[in-house]
Amino acid sequence: MSKLPILLPLLLLSACSSVEPWVKPYERAHLADPIMAFARDPVANNYIYHVYDAREGGRGAGTATGGGCGCN
Amino acid sequence: MPAKAGAAPAPLPGVDVAATSRIDSVRLLRVAAGLLLLLTGLVVRGAVLPEDRADLLYHSYSGGGADINGPSLLVRKKFAEDVSVTANYYVDNVSSASIDVITTASPYEEQRTEYSLGLDYLRDRTILSIGYTNSVENDYIANTYSLGISQDMFGDLTTVSLGFIYGDNTVGRNGDSNFEEPTKLRDYRLSVSQILTQDLIVALTLETITDEGFLNNPYRSVRYLDPSSPRGYSYQAEVYPRTRTTNSVALRGRYYLPGRSALSAGYRYFSGSWGIQADTWELGYTLPWDEDWIFEFSYRFYDQGPAEFYSDLFPYRDAQNFLARDKEMSSFTTKTLGAGVTWYFEENGTGFIKRGTLNMNIDRIAFDYRDFRDLSVTGVAPGEEPLYAFNSTVLRLWLSIWF
Amino acid sequence: MLKKTHWMLTLLTALMLAVAPLQAKEANGPAPDFTLKSRDGGNVKLSELAGNVVMVNFWASWCAPCRVEMPKLNQLYNKYKDLGFVLLGVNVEEQQKPPLNFLQKRPVDFPILWDNRNEVSKKYKVIAMPTTVLVDRSGNIRYIHQGYKEGDEKKYRKIIKKLLRE
Repeated sequence: MSKLPILLPLLLLSACSSVEPWVKPYERAHLADPIMAFARDPVANNYIYHVYDAREGGRGAGTATGGGCGCN
Repeated sequence: MPAKAGAAPAPLPGVDVAATSRIDSVRLLRVAAGLLLLLTGLVVRGAVLPEDRADLLYHSYSGGGADINGPSLLVRKKFAEDVSVTANYYVDNVSSASIDVITTASPYEEQRTEYSLGLDYLRDRTILSIGYTNSVENDYIANTYSLGISQDMFGDLTTVSLGFIYGDNTVGRNGDSNFEEPTKLRDYRLSVSQILTQDLIVALTLETITDEGFLNNPYRSVRYLDPSSPRGYSYQAEVYPRTRTTNSVALRGRYYLPGRSALSAGYRYFSGSWGIQADTWELGYTLPWDEDWIFEFSYRFYDQGPAEFYSDLFPYRDAQNFLARDKEMSSFTTKTLGAGVTWYFEENGTGFIKRGTLNMNIDRIAFDYRDFRDLSVTGVAPGEEPLYAFNSTVLRLWLSIWF
Repeated sequence: MLKKTHWMLTLLTALMLAVAPLQAKEANGPAPDFTLKSRDGGNVKLSELAGNVVMVNFWASWCAPCRVEMPKLNQLYNKYKDLGFVLLGVNVEEQQKPPLNFLQKRPVDFPILWDNRNEVSKKYKVIAMPTTVLVDRSGNIRYIHQGYKEGDEKKYRKIIKKLLRE
């Protein structure tokens, strides 16, 4: 059981190199559009997150990260 | 995170009330941790360092008797080809006469200033990030350190980000120089974003935060039934546990609609060791118009259950080990309607500016409490006061320049 | 708490291990031939360029590194075009309007080809944007570069010079 956390990612990784991306890099025009970004402007996004965090009992997992075209 | 912005000081014996009210935004400070996490690069997408940019934001929150506004300036600049540095300066000017303040203290004003520095280092498909934030107000000091790693994998369809934050804070109490309590914060975050189709991206985020130390607001109090008091109740200081652990998990998605617009949706589940559980639902629509405009519309619904040691009115003094009457610990909903507009200018670039945007966003938030009563209404039996509710307006006005 | 830390550490290690080298690789073998419509209206066939050193650059106007790279490529093109060097900017977008808008703002002198249906991108197994392929005078792929970082054009220049001397 205690080995599972170590083995699982390694297994995933061994598959890593052989995974053929089903959305090709050259097919990411829509994903690269700024309207598809989870957080376009960090400063403005941080602020609204901060407003809620200060006034609600819930906290964390506030903003999605990543996103976009994954180009390069 | 017991102490809240816009929160109220309580009349503690021997403590000057006007001064005590200053700690109103202890909560704001603690949130620095969350802010830092966002600032130091977990927002960056894997394998490409973010572009150089500068953002100048004016923010304003107004509602429930509290006015908080100020500027925020963020500059991000690449050094060499694989290092990007960020610096952020942020100010909250608080002037509060919130429900807690008007029922138990006097209105007050204060300022909080925060500085952050962050560094992102790109190597192959990995971005390593470190950050430091210092936040100061007269009765609270927060030092926050963060570490993050973000990795593109599986043909760059997947981005995995891990973040760790350590916060070392000192809580003070105005008018009581002997009062000094440390708190520590540890925040673990895992985020996976996944491209599913040419038009759909989703992200799963898990975050665990633990606090230890003096977690309640040193000024706040709870009320209990007291037949000997003319109004029928009296106050005593809040007592919170000295540890707190919370977990949240969020799933969000964005979908590209034909003809160029985007639909977003999200759900977050929150639960914590103090018994609070909450659901958050988010919906958004992003619509470009012409080449230079983007409009955004959003709706957010938040529904929270109470902390197990929360009560609007305790039956007697020292009714239980832990006592809270923070409205943020109660049972309530918030509903937000938001609208925003972005205007792109200088897309061809002039001088060192590559392009820029001017943006405005307005959010209207309705807070409706289920078991927090409005004590500004007098002349009724304790516990018979109307439930409290209020609306807030959040304004964000910002200029972004890419250079 | 301990358990969580353990998980995090494991994942962190896994991430470190996952760092696969991207960048460039030496390559060999004949370059797959293709014919594409060019911006000027004519057709360009790779095999007809035999005898030249050909750089094939796959790009899109929505790709930020590509946008940065284009002016650098233009400099390379203008420096070596009279020495038997050809640069083909293969645009991978479905619509021609966004790249044409971009090229109006940031003009380039080298030929732009339209791979609207991504047939050539598939043939060349483009796994990053941008991707740059260098073909020698005899039509063999000699170098493949994925992505673009500032300074990469120096690597291109080195290899172009070497291939031109052959």
